[in-house]
Amino acid sequence: MNTPANLRYAKTDEWVKVDGNIATVGISDYAQDQLSDIVFIEFNREIDDVITKGDALATIESVKAAADVNAPISGKVLEVNEGLSDIPETLNDDPYEKAWLYKIEMSKPDEVNELMDAAAYDQYCEGRH
Amino acid sequence: MFTPHTDGERQEMLKAIGKKNVAELFNVIPEAFRFPEIELPDSLSEMEALQQFSEWAEANNACGDMSCFLGAGAYHHYIPAAVDFLLHRGDFFTAYTPYQPEISQGTLQAIFEFQSLIINLTGMEVANASHYDGATAAAEACVSAYHHFRGTRSKFVLSPLLNPQYRETVRTYFGLLEDAQIVEPENSDSDSLSALIDDQTALVMVQYPDFLGNIMDWSSLTRTAHEKGALVAVCANPIALGMLKPPAEFGADFVLGEGQPLGIPMSFGGPYLGFFAARKELVRKISGRIVGETVDKDGRRGYVLTLTAREQHIRREKATSNICSNQGLMALAATIYMSLLGKSGLRKVAELCYQKAHYAADLIKRIKGYRLVNDHPFFHEFVIECPTAVSAINEHLLEHGIIGGLDLEKHYPSMKNCMLIAVTEMNSKAEIETFAEILAEVAHD
Amino acid sequence: MTEPTIYELSSAGRKGFTFAEPDVPAFPLPDEFIRKDLPLPELSELDVVRHFTHLSQKNYSIDSGFYPLGSCTMKYNPRINEVVARLNGFAQVHPLQPIETVQGSLVVMYMLQEALKEISGFPAISLQPAAGAHGELVGVLIMRAYHLSHGDAKRKKILLPDSAHGTNPASSSMAGFEAVHLPSDARGNVDLAKLKELCDDTIAGLMLTNPNTLGLFDEHVLEVIDIVHKAGGLVYGDGANLNALLGITRPGDLGFDILHINLHKTFSTPHGGGGPGSGPLAVAEHLADFLPDPLVDIIDPGDEETPPLYGFIHPKKSIGRIKSFHGHFGIIVRALTYILMQGAEGLRDVSEMAVLNANYLMALLKGSYHLPYDRDCMHEFVLEGVWPEAPDIHALDVAKRLMDYGLHPPTNYFPLIVNEALMIEPTESESKQTLDYFADAMRKIAKEAHEQPELLHEAPHATPVGRLDEVKAAKDLVLCCWRPEE
Repeated sequence: MNTPANLRYAKTDEWVKVDGNIATVGISDYAQDQLSDIVFIEFNREIDDVITKGDALATIESVKAAADVNAPISGKVLEVNEGLSDIPETLNDDPYEKAWLYKIEMSKPDEVNELMDAAAYDQYCEGRH
Repeated sequence: MFTPHTDGERQEMLKAIGKKNVAELFNVIPEAFRFPEIELPDSLSEMEALQQFSEWAEANNACGDMSCFLGAGAYHHYIPAAVDFLLHRGDFFTAYTPYQPEISQGTLQAIFEFQSLIINLTGMEVANASHYDGATAAAEACVSAYHHFRGTRSKFVLSPLLNPQYRETVRTYFGLLEDAQIVEPENSDSDSLSALIDDQTALVMVQYPDFLGNIMDWSSLTRTAHEKGALVAVCANPIALGMLKPPAEFGADFVLGEGQPLGIPMSFGGPYLGFFAARKELVRKISGRIVGETVDKDGRRGYVLTLTAREQHIRREKATSNICSNQGLMALAATIYMSLLGKSGLRKVAELCYQKAHYAADLIKRIKGYRLVNDHPFFHEFVIECPTAVSAINEHLLEHGIIGGLDLEKHYPSMKNCMLIAVTEMNSKAEIETFAEILAEVAHD
Repeated sequence: MTEPTIYELSSAGRKGFTFAEPDVPAFPLPDEFIRKDLPLPELSELDVVRHFTHLSQKNYSIDSGFYPLGSCTMKYNPRINEVVARLNGFAQVHPLQPIETVQGSLVVMYMLQEALKEISGFPAISLQPAAGAHGELVGVLIMRAYHLSHGDAKRKKILLPDSAHGTNPASSSMAGFEAVHLPSDARGNVDLAKLKELCDDTIAGLMLTNPNTLGLFDEHVLEVIDIVHKAGGLVYGDGANLNALLGITRPGDLGFDILHINLHKTFSTPHGGGGPGSGPLAVAEHLADFLPDPLVDIIDPGDEETPPLYGFIHPKKSIGRIKSFHGHFGIIVRALTYILMQGAEGLRDVSEMAVLNANYLMALLKGSYHLPYDRDCMHEFVLEGVWPEAPDIHALDVAKRLMDYGLHPPTNYFPLIVNEALMIEPTESESKQTLDYFADAMRKIAKEAHEQPELLHEAPHATPVGRLDEVKAAKDLVLCCWRPEE
């Protein structure tokens, strides 16, 4: 399992990359592996939407499962990676780079501290088998 | 009955599991409630059962032995002999839901063909494997629209000329959801419906032809609804679509309806078939099974249940609906019926219904005391205002072996003495003339 | 061989059915509403008959072999049911005919209501629901209506054991409830401590499948029901597994408040390749007034000269109509045929043999497959389709390999609380010989899993098509064989 050390992780398997006040959000390698072949993604939010931590941001479907992506932090949507809708398999192939989902301007940057670091997330995933 | 175990085999099996008798297997059940006395009539042999049920069947007045002018959601049509012969094949009717595609290609391909026929009949882009009936298909359209807007729009505008039973069903499905609002304008025209559409409206639903048989153009309603961001569902009669413009041409988002007229017997109300079609963008919002084409590991064409991640067994409480069956055998009947009648046959049966209904309306409206209420073009149902109570007329008709039309006052209190009459290819010219003669008699009594 | 689709078989101008020309004068058509084209196929009757015969030959069915799908009760569908349902007097009756002309149908419905009440131990029942899941929806709507009628709007949670059927959570949320998951204990019963903890005045009720999807009868069922009742909640019984209980015990007597019954499982009506089903809903006295419209009753008792008159009645606080007309009459008449042919003793024998068959098969298989809950089962049991020594083999591989032995696989990957679940329900219809053959095939497959795993990975080998590409199906979404060009 690939868990980049520079990211933070939510218990619901989203990752966050912080760059100043801007957070990029995606789903973890563990999550894509659990879902297996992803065939569909639907984005629930648009640019300028204000979101609160825990909001449902997107729905991801594989052949065998469906999962909600929840907001790991609060803020305002700056960008949506809508191109993924046409090539949802990117979520399987490259979950940390090409398959980012949203860029969000954080309204409560402290929320990042509530997220796990890579080591804690790895340990958390281990415990779920 | 229908258990093959001999006494010897029972003993061998009990020995294999280490039990002295069968009763021991049920020790887990609280003793006070174990092996209750059940009172049922003495068991019947097959011969006795057939005799008993034949007596009950004969206690009914079947439409085949009478003249039937009753419709209102279920219709008396001819079913070609080949339909039921094919339904009798045990490999169709004793199979389960096609969860194992390698050994269910028959069911899967038949559903795929059913979807294809419904798509082409309605002019829409996608269709599911069916719902329980027209009323539940209407309710599922509301459920789909509700999910499409993720609960942000929860107002549903229903035409008062949508089948009353369908409106009741929608109200039952949504009645207990606190945020849902179901509204019906007093009048059924496009402007009255449009006036109720706002930015909270999820869906507008109309019927085509409507409950009173009228054929209306819903293009302007659809335009208004779309301008306000709402979706439009059209509940259609599939036989009428044999000759009428498909609702897709009005811009409908969902087209649904009762598929019973497509080769399914009336059977006192069921089992029937709810068909359901949609625009492609909405495919993930619709409930019910969907079959898709694919290939096997050697590249051979095959079919599978697809988009299953929407469904209850995977999404559980987040599923768009709890539905986990379709009307498999009824959808098969409709598929065979549409395949047999085909392009020319379905058009023909639609025209026969239209012509005969118009002949009947023309005869009846000339009788003194009767008035044709419809002022729009109509298909195979129309409304006649009678000189006296519909119930009294129907009693009189019944004495002459005729099942009269629906008493509309029960559903629309302002439509006093109004009868909804349905005419299909099953009604001969002579039958129609007798019907008119007896109506004339009643008027003179 | 690949069977062409009906559109591929179509030949322009061919006809499969003709109608006589109209015997009435022609009226003008409403031109502005007439469609330009009707893009349906054109085939002969023989084309159609052969096509659907070929399709039927690509199906596995109860008629062709053993079908041990857990929780689906794939028992034999007696042919007499089909004959009875097609009697002219039943098939050719319009649902809105005057009641005087449909007394035969109404008697049948009344008789089935009475029989199911007696079998399940409830005083009231509606035959309207179209399927089990539909019955469930009606059941939870009734729960909601009941609490609201007591001015109790805060009961918004429904407890769902992790061994419940998959439709339960979806039904709950359709009725506006929040689904709360309830774990099972080590013996497969509801976890009583957890239940007590969750039961408070926000609980609308519990949906309990008993026997549950592990095939186990809850050892504390009376206590479970009592805890929920004391908290003011209702207990809903999922009757999908009623085939274990006919004449054995009555859910109504045990204290359940609501129960749906699957006529297409327990009472032998055919599954039809996915429907139609029928899911009558039985309720206790305090819920009778909420049942959906309409019910059948004797509306005039008659006297020595005139027979009783059957008709429809409308419960006082009914939740309303839940579908068109009066339920799946064609299924109702089949189920009554079965019940009247069985009688009380026959029904008890059905459940006894269903449970004997399941325990026998479990005994034959537990040496070769891990049995996670090892106690007497009811009508079904759950094995694990996975071995530590054969880590690449999954339940799916076992399932697919069974097809090569001419057998239908068990339900797999359900219930979710068993790893790689294989859920096996033999039903009472099957003989010892059939069970022995199945057990033998299962044991051979267990051996193959260890010695020749590729045989399982590549299975099935002897079916009309091999494993299908589900990813392609979901991505490409081809849902229609042909559409006219724009």
